[in-house]
Amino acid sequence: MSTSVTASPAKSTAPKLRTPRKKHTPGKPKRNVLLTVLMGLMVLYTVVPLIWLVINSTKTQTGLAESNGLWFAHDFALWDNVRDTFTYHDGIFGRWLLNTLLYVVLGAGGATLLAVLGGYALAKFDFPGKRAVFAVVIGAVAVPGTALAVPTFLMFSKMGLTDTPWAVIIPSLVSPFGLYLMWVFAAEAIPTELLEAARMDGASEVRTFFRVALPLLAPGIVTVLLFTTVATWNNYFLPLIMLKDPDWYPLTLGLSAWSSQAQTIGGDVIFNLVITGSLLTILPLIAAFLFLQKYWQSGLAAGSVKE
Amino acid sequence: MRRSTSRVLRGLALLSTLALGATACGSSDDSSDTKAVSAGDIQSALKKGGSITVWAWEPTLKSVAADFEKKYPKVKINLVSERSGDKHYTALSNAISAGKGVPDVAQVEYFALGQYSLTKGLTDLAPYGAEKLASKFTPGPWNAVSEGDKVYGLPMDSGPMALFYNKKVFDKYKIAVPTTWDEYLDAARKLHKADPKAYIANDLGDAGFTTSMLWQAGSRPYKVDGTKVAINFDDAGAKKFETVWQKLIDEKLLAPVSGWTDDWYKGLGDGTIATLATGAWMPANFETGVPNAKGDWRAAAMPAWTKGDKASAENGGSSLALPALGKNKELSYAFVEYANAGDGVATRVSEGAFPATVAELQDTAFKNKEFPYFGGQKANEIFAESAANVADDWSYLPFQPYANSIFNDTVGKAYVSSTKLADGLKAWQEASVKYGEEQGFTIEK
Repeated sequence: MSTSVTASPAKSTAPKLRTPRKKHTPGKPKRNVLLTVLMGLMVLYTVVPLIWLVINSTKTQTGLAESNGLWFAHDFALWDNVRDTFTYHDGIFGRWLLNTLLYVVLGAGGATLLAVLGGYALAKFDFPGKRAVFAVVIGAVAVPGTALAVPTFLMFSKMGLTDTPWAVIIPSLVSPFGLYLMWVFAAEAIPTELLEAARMDGASEVRTFFRVALPLLAPGIVTVLLFTTVATWNNYFLPLIMLKDPDWYPLTLGLSAWSSQAQTIGGDVIFNLVITGSLLTILPLIAAFLFLQKYWQSGLAAGSVKE
Repeated sequence: MRRSTSRVLRGLALLSTLALGATACGSSDDSSDTKAVSAGDIQSALKKGGSITVWAWEPTLKSVAADFEKKYPKVKINLVSERSGDKHYTALSNAISAGKGVPDVAQVEYFALGQYSLTKGLTDLAPYGAEKLASKFTPGPWNAVSEGDKVYGLPMDSGPMALFYNKKVFDKYKIAVPTTWDEYLDAARKLHKADPKAYIANDLGDAGFTTSMLWQAGSRPYKVDGTKVAINFDDAGAKKFETVWQKLIDEKLLAPVSGWTDDWYKGLGDGTIATLATGAWMPANFETGVPNAKGDWRAAAMPAWTKGDKASAENGGSSLALPALGKNKELSYAFVEYANAGDGVATRVSEGAFPATVAELQDTAFKNKEFPYFGGQKANEIFAESAANVADDWSYLPFQPYANSIFNDTVGKAYVSSTKLADGLKAWQEASVKYGEEQGFTIEK
């Protein structure tokens, strides 16, 4: 089993990291029935919830109760649902969408920027304490963000930052994994000789970074950007404990609030809008993945092979 | 009734470290609260204007707030309605203990009022003229918001209980609508025998439902006098409930579905959950949550524990209260009075809320309202009758939200294991006593 999986990248002769997608797939590996079946199950496992979501977003509240979850109801209400999702409660869904975008642009964008700068510096400059930084970063990768949310809340509460967008944006700026990825990537993708050549020609460090290093780092940057975007877009726990004002909710919290309306005396039961809202929430992520797929893949493989 | 002052003080000192930790700041002192606020003060506050923040999930308040702003153009109401239930109380308690971001008006359900009032988290509304409104409200809700001469909120809605039943299912299997809980048990057996997929009701253990059932059965497990509390589930009323419900559990006649889940809404819609004993606010949830069963359901009076007995109970219902740390008290009170005792009531009733005010409940138009959802039935007649028959000597614990949160670890076991309901209630009692003592309450044994 192990041979068929690991053989191909080592055999690849094309320059790595920029390798076109097709060359990554092994030529014609021996069929493995067990693997194929396992893979099939995995595909089913990941795709069925998506199919469920798409099918059920076409139903009204009545249709949801009366029909089988994995097939369409007699009524097709997708467009009505989409319209209602955006108009319900004076269009608060749109506000939540903009909030999420704000958190992603500032949080994930900032995290990527910091990771690129830090990763480049750690990979290409020697300075005392580098090993200590390495140890801290590796240690931080192992700590899930959720575990830090409550201590962060207490700290932010003292600083008076809770219940403001900053409470979500600032913690999102820190991405140890992104930093580590950029570090490894920069070490591999930028030949030190190239930097030396640039310096010999009289380019300043800033110019060297922007004109020489940055273009080489592009695939890695996109990868880190995707990682941090997904993490920020899906973040639930951090905003849950940080935010009280629904006007600053991201989509995740907002949808959860809509869902819990069904548990409220006199509350409006809007499972159909919760489902449609969820579908609308994942669409931008799916689009990002489809468009940036090749960067995502090559970035993931960065540093996995030593030549 | 006299208690030693030091004991009370000790109790209060401990109480202030409670989860919701009321910050005992000067403004919430008894002395400063007792100065009366005249109607003129309130009027001038309305003229002056300002903005107030209201945390309430009650959907009908949206129109009320809009009307209020129209009537008093200088007043701006910031209605925050995205949170409800546990999340709401967590946020409210956090804000109170942080001393920051406290809303000026908060929706507080009756069962949770004690927790906030006892820790001085709420403003006494009596100086604002609230005690003069006593006769406007039905006894159950008024008893829930008032404590001696103090008033901690104005009742917004009430939940006199009724038995909602799926007439289609009852007709199909020719089962009579039960008028006593013994008949209810028979109906449960008949129904489940006729259709093994159908159950008379769903129940996996629900603290609010159980306490309301005990209330109706005449049990009074909680006695509260300031920080002196007694908890005892060993009375005749509780026995009645235990006997019938134990049989329903043992014979597997209750659908293993938790309330308020999508499974529950589905079961109410497809006839597999045939009855629902709950508060009179349920029609609104029926209409939006179970639109497919329109016309199938009817309302009836609660089954009686002894034939002919009319005793009823409240389930759910909430008030609007003024947190002690809120600002703009006069304006906030004016809004609360408008919404719960003034013109707002009619608006809210027309949008489907169930009132807590006598005038609305006795109004002929209200009683004659036909519910298309219930096949044109004049359901309000049943609800109003129930409201009039609610015994008003019930009280919840000053830490009821906590007690409810451990219900499933104690009584809940009876629904899923061989533990008996009576033992479960005993365990709940012991756990509640233990918590109460830890919090500095004097628990009478």
